[in-house]
Formats: sequence, structure tokens, C-alpha cells
Amino acid sequence: MSLGALLGALINLNGTGRYIHWGFIQISVANFVVIVLMVVVFVLAILLPFPKRKRGGQ
Amino acid sequence: MSVDTRTGTATEAPARAESRQWTARVRHAAESAFPPDQLLPDRQPAYMASWIYVFGVLTVVSLAWVIITGCILAIMGPSWWHVSTTGHFVNSLHLWSVEAFFFFMVIHLWGKFFMAAWRGNRRLTWATGVISFLVSVGAAFTGYLSQQNFDSQWISTQAKDGINSTGAGAVWNVLNFGQMLMWHIVLLPIGVVIIAGLHVLMVRRHGIVPPFAEGDSDAEAATTAAAPAEGLA
Repeated sequence: MSLGALLGALINLNGTGRYIHWGFIQISVANFVVIVLMVVVFVLAILLPFPKRKRGGQ
Repeated sequence: MSVDTRTGTATEAPARAESRQWTARVRHAAESAFPPDQLLPDRQPAYMASWIYVFGVLTVVSLAWVIITGCILAIMGPSWWHVSTTGHFVNSLHLWSVEAFFFFMVIHLWGKFFMAAWRGNRRLTWATGVISFLVSVGAAFTGYLSQQNFDSQWISTQAKDGINSTGAGAVWNVLNFGQMLMWHIVLLPIGVVIIAGLHVLMVRRHGIVPPFAEGDSDAEAATTAAAPAEGLA
């Protein structure tokens, strides 16, 4: 099985989009996932320490 | 003073005559605004050691990929990117480069917002970043309209009412494919590249914003900008 077919089996993008309805808020699941991922990566960028350069002989 | 290229000796240059030329004035202004060691520095403040700046660089890298893949698509045309396997691949690279571009840019923007990165006379740095984000939204939108498939038709017919409600539809018609394509491949990319370039130049000129300190003020942040080159931790 090719990598493309494997990924296609995990996430089927051929059907109609799924949407989240919350009151007057309506957002596609794909966009919601991207926003959540951005928040997660942003929090990690704040919390994770930045690697320091190791200087030889010092 | 100038150097004679034949003899290698220093001679007194006609400074008064040179300064009248617009090329000399522009050169002097550029050298004054962006000294070479400030334009391409090899040392930065220790507080640059932050992932937020990594996302800024990733945004620029993503933009480069967007431009490169967009040029390939423009060269080959829609009959190639819709049909051939390689065309599909490059088309997907173009799309995912844009996805990455916005993903990284938004994280960079969030980080700089909470740092109040406009402190210390860095208003233009912040403003060029925000404007480049807004222009990028327009570039991405017109890109969706330029796909030449049912998706682009659906998006344009959905968008026309919104655009028309603002009154802009009279001159900016989202159903006019030729107009949207020209905006997507000429005007907006030029705008994004120029404004993003200005943003980087502003960062070079004013330095990155220092972290908040006790009793921090706008004036203190500005004095730190005057000497941005410190040892990197």
C-alpha cells in the first residue's frame, strides 16, 4: 500500500465536509482542527525551552 | 575620500558634487538607515533565543515555497496542474505551502502580540507584519478563485454577495476570473513580498523587542533598540 493510499485511508477527504454547529457559530471540522493545532503549537512554543548553543572549550 | 582603482591610493573625492546626485543621496540614506553590520548581523540579543522567532523565519521560508511553486504552476498552466500527476503534486505543494505560511505566521503574530512588539518605536515593524497578514488573506482568497474547478466557482458565487454588500464589487468582481487571476499572480504577491521585505528590514533597523522588565516603559524599550547586538546565549 502506498503512502498516499495509507493517508487517504486515515483521513477521507472525498466526502462532504463535516461542520460543527454551536449556536450561531458554524465552522468546518478541518478548520477547527487547524486552529486547535495552532493553539497547541503556540503553547508549546511558549513553554518549551529554546536549545542553547554549546560553545566548544568554554 | 575615495580610492583610485588604478593606483589603489586614497584621493579626496569631490564630495559636494557627489552629494547632489540622487544616487549618492539614496546610497547615503541607505547606508545610514541600514549599516551592513546591522543589515546582516552575526550577533543578536540573548532574548532572541525564542521559538517565536523561529516561526517568523518559517513563515518567510513558506512564502518562498509559495512563490516558487506558484511560478511553476504559472509556467505549466491549468491543463497541467489539473491532469498530470506531477502537476497535482506541485499544485498540492502550493496549497500546503500556503497552509504552512498562515499556520506559522499566526503563531508568530500571537507571540509578538503578547510581547507587545510595537514597543520602543517599533510601530512600523508591527504594522508591516499586520498589513502583510491582511494582504496575504487577499492573496489566498484570490488563489481559491483561480483554481479553475467547481470549488473556485462555488467560492466565488458565495463571496460575491459579501463583497457586493461592501460596495467593492463594482470594481473588484470576484466572478471576473481574469481580474482575480491577475490579482492573485501579479498584484497581491508583489504586495506580500514587498511588505514582508519591509517587515524584515524594520526588524533589522530597530532590532527585536526586549522582554518586559520591572518598570518597563516604551522609552526603555527604545534605548535597548539602539544597541541590539549583544551576545547570544
